[in-house]
Amino acid sequence: MATLEHYLILSAILFCIGVFGLLSRRNAVGILMSIELMFNSANINFVAFSKFINPDILTGQIFSVFVIAIAAAEAAVGLAIVVLLYRNFDIVNIDKINFMKW
Amino acid sequence: MYMAIFILFAIMSIAGAIMVITLKSPVSSAIALIFVLCCIAGLFALMGALFMAALQVIVYAGAIMVLFLFIIMLLNLKDEILGEDEKKVTRVFGSILGIAFLLEIGFFVRRALTVGSESLMYPVPEQFASIEVISTGLFTKFLFAFEITSVLLLVAIIGAIMLSKGEGKTEY
Amino acid sequence: MIEIPFINLAVIYPEIAIFTASVIVLLVDLFMKGEKQGTLSTITMLGFAAAAIIASRQWFHFETGFSDALIADNFALVFKLLFCAAGVLTLFLSVHYLNREKIFRGEYFFLILSSTVGMMILASANELITAFLGLEVMSVPLYLLAGYDKKKLLSNEAALKYFLMGAFASGILIYGIAFVYGNLGTTNFDEIYRALQGKTLYGEPLLLLGLGLILIGFSFKTAFVPFHSWVPDVYVGTPTPATAFFSIAPKAAGFAILFRLLFKAFAPMMPDITGILWVLAVLTMFAGNLIAIAQRNIKRMLAYSSIAHAGYILIALTTGTADGAKAAILYLLAYTAMNVGAFGIVILLGREGEKDLSIAGYSGLSRRHPIAAAAMALFMFSLAGIPPTAGFIGKFYIFRGAVSAGFIWLAILGVVNSLISVYYYLRVIVIMYMKPEAESDRVITYPLSLMVAIILAAWGTVQIGIFPNSWLNLVRDSVSGFF
Repeated sequence: MATLEHYLILSAILFCIGVFGLLSRRNAVGILMSIELMFNSANINFVAFSKFINPDILTGQIFSVFVIAIAAAEAAVGLAIVVLLYRNFDIVNIDKINFMKW
Repeated sequence: MYMAIFILFAIMSIAGAIMVITLKSPVSSAIALIFVLCCIAGLFALMGALFMAALQVIVYAGAIMVLFLFIIMLLNLKDEILGEDEKKVTRVFGSILGIAFLLEIGFFVRRALTVGSESLMYPVPEQFASIEVISTGLFTKFLFAFEITSVLLLVAIIGAIMLSKGEGKTEY
Repeated sequence: MIEIPFINLAVIYPEIAIFTASVIVLLVDLFMKGEKQGTLSTITMLGFAAAAIIASRQWFHFETGFSDALIADNFALVFKLLFCAAGVLTLFLSVHYLNREKIFRGEYFFLILSSTVGMMILASANELITAFLGLEVMSVPLYLLAGYDKKKLLSNEAALKYFLMGAFASGILIYGIAFVYGNLGTTNFDEIYRALQGKTLYGEPLLLLGLGLILIGFSFKTAFVPFHSWVPDVYVGTPTPATAFFSIAPKAAGFAILFRLLFKAFAPMMPDITGILWVLAVLTMFAGNLIAIAQRNIKRMLAYSSIAHAGYILIALTTGTADGAKAAILYLLAYTAMNVGAFGIVILLGREGEKDLSIAGYSGLSRRHPIAAAAMALFMFSLAGIPPTAGFIGKFYIFRGAVSAGFIWLAILGVVNSLISVYYYLRVIVIMYMKPEAESDRVITYPLSLMVAIILAAWGTVQIGIFPNSWLNLVRDSVSGFF
């Protein structure tokens, strides 16, 4: 029987893969996909907690419905920005746009 | 049996996630991500959250990922545009941070379950996660959050149109 | 059959006003032909005015609604008023700028308005889901505003950076919220407070992890060091009026939710978090001020200075007392006035294509444009915290609150940082007044809307600085019922 612990560890692994991808990927679409991984690991947590902690109220599952909606909105905006950069400047690689210095 | 299915989905989703962040071609990573999302939907189903499983497949793997694939196809990203995908420095830095995060979260999770949170184990009722319970929650307790999501989506739509609507030539 | 509970719409009247205005802006923009900037800015202005009037009439009403997901106490209302003020001032800054850069589009007003809706929700959120959605409604328009000048590479880059950092922060935040929910079984702030009774932070690993991740997420959004790396690039690439908006309103909203989270929901844990906040405050102040010294571009300097100012407000957050909250609100009000003013002058002195932004280019300004130079000097004095300006009053109450709460070292480090900041703010004044005039074909016109913004900002700066009493009464009332 898989317990809460198993789900939490799995979501932690996925979250960390997401963080790693976010830091190591250089193209913007890849980074966006890493962020989707992070959102998903949070979703696993929500559903797991809502099952194992208070299954009658379902706050966790409702939260994960909202997380999906937010992920959709963020993906739309993020991809619009990527399209903009690509169309105007032929860039999808975040190293190439580091013109600004401190 | 339950455990075996869990392990199967878990291993597949981790393998898929690793493919998402390592495959060079964006199309392959997007397809790997769809695979991960479906595995996670399987896990939701395993937990009895059938509605979430359906939503995950229909909205996430269906709608959102199609948007990703559509954009990738539209841009027709070539290797020379993508450039060198990973730098050694960021890869090392990323690994260190990723592993640190993992150890940290793993440590906390383990301790949480050994320190004894007796509240972590409740019996699961029969109608767990029925659509009725979720929708009742959406229209009563979380009504405001539900309504405000529509504002968020409106903003995202207008913004996406504003940014990607063409307006003649560009200047550098 | 679902029984829909009683809905108390009064709690979101200001949000409804602003959102209605934003939809009208969209529709008018769609159907109106010809010159529409005047109409659109009037509608936006009316929306802000209506929201401000409603918010001020709700003073001391303490409305709650939507199953306690939202609360409109004075604390929330004072922030709503602040967002309205910031929005109106930004509007005055924008009109001339958008014409000069030839980038006027109706969506600009829509984005400012809808972002304000998100901030208002954030200020009155009493529940984590609502707070998170408010944060997203606030942030998504801001990403789009950063990329608003879409033909400029810098603006595009700012949008991408802001978006990636923001989405990353959201991911961390939501993961943290999951752990807090998992440990306490609720997302409502009052219930969290009750559930925390008798628990210690270090006895609850999941809670510690969750709260840590939530703090990191908000630190990204409000740009505390070491989570600030996106700020300078985003501030420089964004159109200047939007930068002014970025440096004020989202920051204030971030502090509003942090105050509610830490002083109300996690109040029992506050003693354990103080150390972390202490370190964050010191790091934020020092990094912001020291890096600001090296800047040659005025927008970049103001970006780092905004980081440093967030550090001062973090001192108030660290104290965990009512005095701290009051001082923070006063400081945010003062900062709104003086920062809008500084950005107003930057817009006034800039030229088409975002040129003339180097600090050195201001040399000898006092001879040709004495009024602009004098106004800039006023705002720089205020940002540096020199009496009798608003900045001084704000810093004075923050440091006094820290000392009376026993954080003497924090107050001393704050004062040290104030002194460091004097160097780079006064350098601007020295360059304007002491240096010989630069070879420049700078022609300054004084557009009415911009002058209104600068005059309002200057009035606020002087008013808070010289007659702080009425403002002190305002902030005293604004925390009533909060503690």
